[in-house]
Amino acid sequence: MSQQSNRDILKVDGLKAYYQMNYFGVEREVRAVDDITMTVRKNEVYGIAGESSSGKTSFIKVLAAAIRPPLRVVAGSATYAFKSGTIDVAHASPEEIEAVRWKHLSYIMQGSMSVLNPVRRIGKTFKDFAQRPLGLSGRAFEERVVHHLSRLKLPPDVLKAYPHELSGGMRQRVTIGLATVCHPEFIIADEPTTALDVVVQKEVLSLIREIQQDMGSSVVFVTHDMSVHANMADRVGIIYAGRLVEEGPTRQMFFAPKHPYTAHLVASLPRIGDTTQRPALEGRPPNLADPPQGCRFHPRCPLAVEKCRTQTPPLEEVAPDQRSACWRWMDVEPLVKPSAPVGVVA
Amino acid sequence: MSTLLEVNNVSKRFTMGGLFGRRVVDAVQEASFSLTTDKPEIFTIIGESGSGKTTLARMILGLEDASEGEILFRGKRISRHMGQAERLAFMSAVQPVFQNPFEAFNPLKKIERYLSSTARRFLRTSDRATIDRAMDEALQKVGLSLKEVRGRFPHEMSGGQLQRCAIARALIPNPPLLIADEPVSMVDASLRMSIVNLLRSLRDDLGVSVIYITHDLATAYYISDRIIIMQRGRIVEMGDARTVLENPEHPYSRLLKASVLSTDDAGAGKLATDPGMVDLANAMMGRAGKLVDRQDGRRVRVYDEA
Repeated sequence: MSQQSNRDILKVDGLKAYYQMNYFGVEREVRAVDDITMTVRKNEVYGIAGESSSGKTSFIKVLAAAIRPPLRVVAGSATYAFKSGTIDVAHASPEEIEAVRWKHLSYIMQGSMSVLNPVRRIGKTFKDFAQRPLGLSGRAFEERVVHHLSRLKLPPDVLKAYPHELSGGMRQRVTIGLATVCHPEFIIADEPTTALDVVVQKEVLSLIREIQQDMGSSVVFVTHDMSVHANMADRVGIIYAGRLVEEGPTRQMFFAPKHPYTAHLVASLPRIGDTTQRPALEGRPPNLADPPQGCRFHPRCPLAVEKCRTQTPPLEEVAPDQRSACWRWMDVEPLVKPSAPVGVVA
Repeated sequence: MSTLLEVNNVSKRFTMGGLFGRRVVDAVQEASFSLTTDKPEIFTIIGESGSGKTTLARMILGLEDASEGEILFRGKRISRHMGQAERLAFMSAVQPVFQNPFEAFNPLKKIERYLSSTARRFLRTSDRATIDRAMDEALQKVGLSLKEVRGRFPHEMSGGQLQRCAIARALIPNPPLLIADEPVSMVDASLRMSIVNLLRSLRDDLGVSVIYITHDLATAYYISDRIIIMQRGRIVEMGDARTVLENPEHPYSRLLKASVLSTDDAGAGKLATDPGMVDLANAMMGRAGKLVDRQDGRRVRVYDEA
């Protein structure tokens, strides 16, 4: 507790988590999370963006204390400062993790259809998840759940329903309900809206945001869709090939990015009212079992120079509260013009 | 001006449940539109889940029979009960691209196997060289080459590349019409634009018409020529894509547009949707009304105020 400043709830320090496999004497190592250092503050939404196979799911697996072989933490730590005390989930024992799970550290999963048990009523699922951490019995527990559901604009009837009887949006709201019923201090949301269509997506997002502000929790929100981050996150971190390449306040990230990959992600978003040709990034994300030398983005980078091929750029502060891992960050041009000056939040 | 595809007052009704508690679901009601051969275009069908857009696509592909109305392709009626020869001829002109490329390809078979079996069937040849040439040509069109793809399994490709392969497969018989059912929704946002740009170049350079089914208004605006917006099986607004999306008129279209997440005020945390808008759009659900023409060429469903 002593080294951590009061505003941080999570401190990740030099975290390395690799998939280590050894089949028939052949060793294979996939460096899914490679030296990530970052913090998440109290009462903020931290967005994590990255392509599939960029290591973002492995990273949040560590954060969610769901580290199973072949994934192993090789170095570093991920320390939470909960009200009940600090815990380093990268090295904690199963009992210690059990004590904080759901109650302090909670997880909204992707794909609400596969999360809920199809042959169990929602009410039973709530009991399975939350009754023990909450320590309430019978009627008190039910009242708590019904009250919580009403906050999510769900009728109490859903407790008697089976998952298939609910629409996609309602199911997703139920999973949010499950994750938040214990009022956790820290919520990890892994692409909670990817399978939903636009109207429901916005509803679910505003709900997560509302609940977060109500309870004053911190949320780590993972999605590859930058337009979601634009509207959800207070700060955004971009993961590329297992490394954090840039992080900063949302508005700065969109209109004054300092890493070419961020600039590209923002520029490739289509917008209504604009039909100019959008550039698409060529190439594919690198193979994490054999990442390129130097900066891992250099094979696809329009700004790459010789130095990028050999030396790995450090993640350094380039603007207030904004860090970028790029040798040429001062040459990154924002590709999108803001409708209002940067730094002014409407 | 000859018509390529004509959809005439098509409805589809599904019966759900057993003998007791039977109910009917009107998945598509009285949909009409047509595409011409002269001008290739990207024709977009927008709607949320359950709006009937996929059912409509399945009917156009001849996988589902319409309950009422008819669908004509080059003047011939499409039905599920076409003979094999007829079906083959039809499929060589209308090809599907599906939503999730990882599900469309068998993970245990090499990608080229799909391409070559499509080529063998539609080109009616078993000559290796001809098949290879057809595969390479199709892959070139999507910005890949046979050399890159040969010997690879689906998991060795990224989602964007795999979706390109799926489009290449569909292009082998040189169809004048592609039906793409949410081709980008399972692809990473950063790779999405390469697929969307590809659809655009298919239209501009190869003269392929595309029926693009999506719920993403931003990409729809970016590539489409004409759009129709569906709500619970009914077309509520149709017309030129720019005209409609810049200034939607039907409450449901307006709700859809308001739900698009904009990046203009990134970081401001604006997420609330006007509840009045949602109520108004929901009030229109299931009501018959009728489509009327507007000055600017669009058609909008209006309701008699009762």
